[in-house]
Amino acid sequence: MIEVKNLTKYYGDFPAVLDLSFTITPGKIYGFLGPNGAGKSTTMNILTGCLAATSGEVKIGGFDIFEQPRAAKKLVGYLPEQPPLYIEQTTVEYLTFVARAKGLKKKEIGPEIERVIVETHIESVAEKLIRHLSKGFRQRVGIAQALIGNPEIIILDEPTVGLDPAQTIEMRELIHDLGENHTVILSSHILSEIQAMCDEVLIIYRGRLVAFDTLENLSKSMPNTVQLEAECSAQALQEALAELPSYEKIENIEITAEDDSSVTAALTVGEAEPKEICREIYLLFAGKGIVLPRLNPVKPTLEDIFIQLTTDADETLTVDNPYDEDEEEAEAEEEEAEETEEPEETEKSVEAEEPTQADEPEENGETAQTNEPEEKEGEECLQ
Amino acid sequence: MFAVMRHELTMYYHSMKAYVFGAFLLVFTGIGALMYNINAAYANFEYVLGFISITFIVLVPLLTMRVMAEEKAQKTDQLLFSLPISTTEIVLGKFLAMSVVFLVPVLIICIFPWFFSLYGDVYLPTSYGSIVAFLFLGLSLMSMGMFVSCLTESQSMAAGICAVLMLFMYYCDTLADYVSSSVLGSLVAIAVLVLALGAIVRMLTKSNLAGLLVVLLLAGAVAGVYFYDSAMLESLLPNVMSQLSLFTRFYTFVNGVFDLTALVYDLSVIIFFLFLCVQALEKRRYNG
Repeated sequence: MIEVKNLTKYYGDFPAVLDLSFTITPGKIYGFLGPNGAGKSTTMNILTGCLAATSGEVKIGGFDIFEQPRAAKKLVGYLPEQPPLYIEQTTVEYLTFVARAKGLKKKEIGPEIERVIVETHIESVAEKLIRHLSKGFRQRVGIAQALIGNPEIIILDEPTVGLDPAQTIEMRELIHDLGENHTVILSSHILSEIQAMCDEVLIIYRGRLVAFDTLENLSKSMPNTVQLEAECSAQALQEALAELPSYEKIENIEITAEDDSSVTAALTVGEAEPKEICREIYLLFAGKGIVLPRLNPVKPTLEDIFIQLTTDADETLTVDNPYDEDEEEAEAEEEEAEETEEPEETEKSVEAEEPTQADEPEENGETAQTNEPEEKEGEECLQ
Repeated sequence: MFAVMRHELTMYYHSMKAYVFGAFLLVFTGIGALMYNINAAYANFEYVLGFISITFIVLVPLLTMRVMAEEKAQKTDQLLFSLPISTTEIVLGKFLAMSVVFLVPVLIICIFPWFFSLYGDVYLPTSYGSIVAFLFLGLSLMSMGMFVSCLTESQSMAAGICAVLMLFMYYCDTLADYVSSSVLGSLVAIAVLVLALGAIVRMLTKSNLAGLLVVLLLAGAVAGVYFYDSAMLESLLPNVMSQLSLFTRFYTFVNGVFDLTALVYDLSVIIFFLFLCVQALEKRRYNG
């Protein structure tokens, strides 16, 4: 449906999109995810023909967007970040113009406009001037515009930005309905939104694709963890844990805090069911008489995945110079970024506060401590 | 193309602009007709057109300022680019709509000479000939205004620059009399132009070499002409200026000469500036 090959876009010397390649198959809702300035809007603008690329190829339904723009554009409906509305016109007048420009025949225009108005629930504002519409309705009129001509692909750039919570929910329902008959690509920097709506996620960071997969597979790539607090020494905790029936499933034990009376630890349990591990720990520690003020299984959220991927990308990006890298290197990096199943691969200088207490000090991997500052950074980006 | 044109027309007639434009033009025509044809009892309607041509300085920016600048400011240009229409169609559609807005008052103006002819002896061919020239003059000025509007995001900026351009066009011929007509003066003027051209090339291509090459090439050509026959450079600048003036060419019609070359010149100005409009929009598509 959409084929993107080695897409690159420079603004002057600044690379907004670097060597982006992906293929989108019909019938799903795709989420474009990335912090602000990652290249989401740029990519979408190129996909819809609003912007020319520096190099690379974009094919929509087999038509090259640069060579055969007319045929390619007919397959796409686009709602840019700011809905492109002529505020001096009424909704119907505006939609009539779009229908004419999309080459609809005179007879089709009336019924088509009626159809999109019903589909986007804007019957009540059909005869009003767009100037007088609220942000939510403007967004809907923008979507109605994209739907005219019934294109197979609908591209929405941050469709819920600036909407109030009720409008956001309505918008999500609308997008969900659209997903039944169209291929929808939407961008957002709000992770929960992507999680709620999309079948597959493309994560873009600094103009590169760092992940493209279903949400399920992405969360599989992140290890489950168990967090616990026990009223004993770190030494005693290590010993007690060694007695667990499924001790071999625990990949890493990391002591995050310790004082006189208690110790806090995070266990990386890989693909093992964290609830099951919790159960075992509870029974074992109860038998030993160690009090557990806190014990909870943690499943990775999209936030974790996102931060993991973007910090990984950060490392690979700071190592290489984007101007003189060769292509193989770039490909290797991409693969590496996608294979995040083994986070131990990334070599980080570990500043474990208590290296002697770590169970397997040679298997240091990503400790939560070294991650903390970057996590905050990532979160700031997301706001 | 026609979708864009119809859309633009509804925009013009929904806002006051088309009406203000038409009303101003007709009011000035009325005043001119009163002065020349009724009070002074001239039988030449073309004098009226000569008189009202100065209103273009205000009316053209009024009409053209929002054409592209507003699209950019409201980000509606993204819609136009994502629709299955080409940039040329967008530009032509917009220009045609503007022509229609201009054509409506001009058609009303056409009634004047006929009406006067009922009450006296009016030589209709020169009258209608000048109306045709008037139409072409207006359209070529509008194509310039439209190009200015393509360059900026702010309507007031577009209007300001356009008004200055119109003023220059209007006084071009008068200014030509004050410009030095000596060989040295021409050389200095050409040198300035060549340097400016080099700077523009340098800016567009971001290559020092290209800019330098253009300057050297042109300077060489000028030097060649100078050493071959320095008399060729005499009064070159004023001649060029008066040749460029759209208004001067219009006044030949007012004086009763139907000058086909002037119409061809107007037409080429229109095509040239519409071409530049397309290029300006395409450049925006490349640079984001």
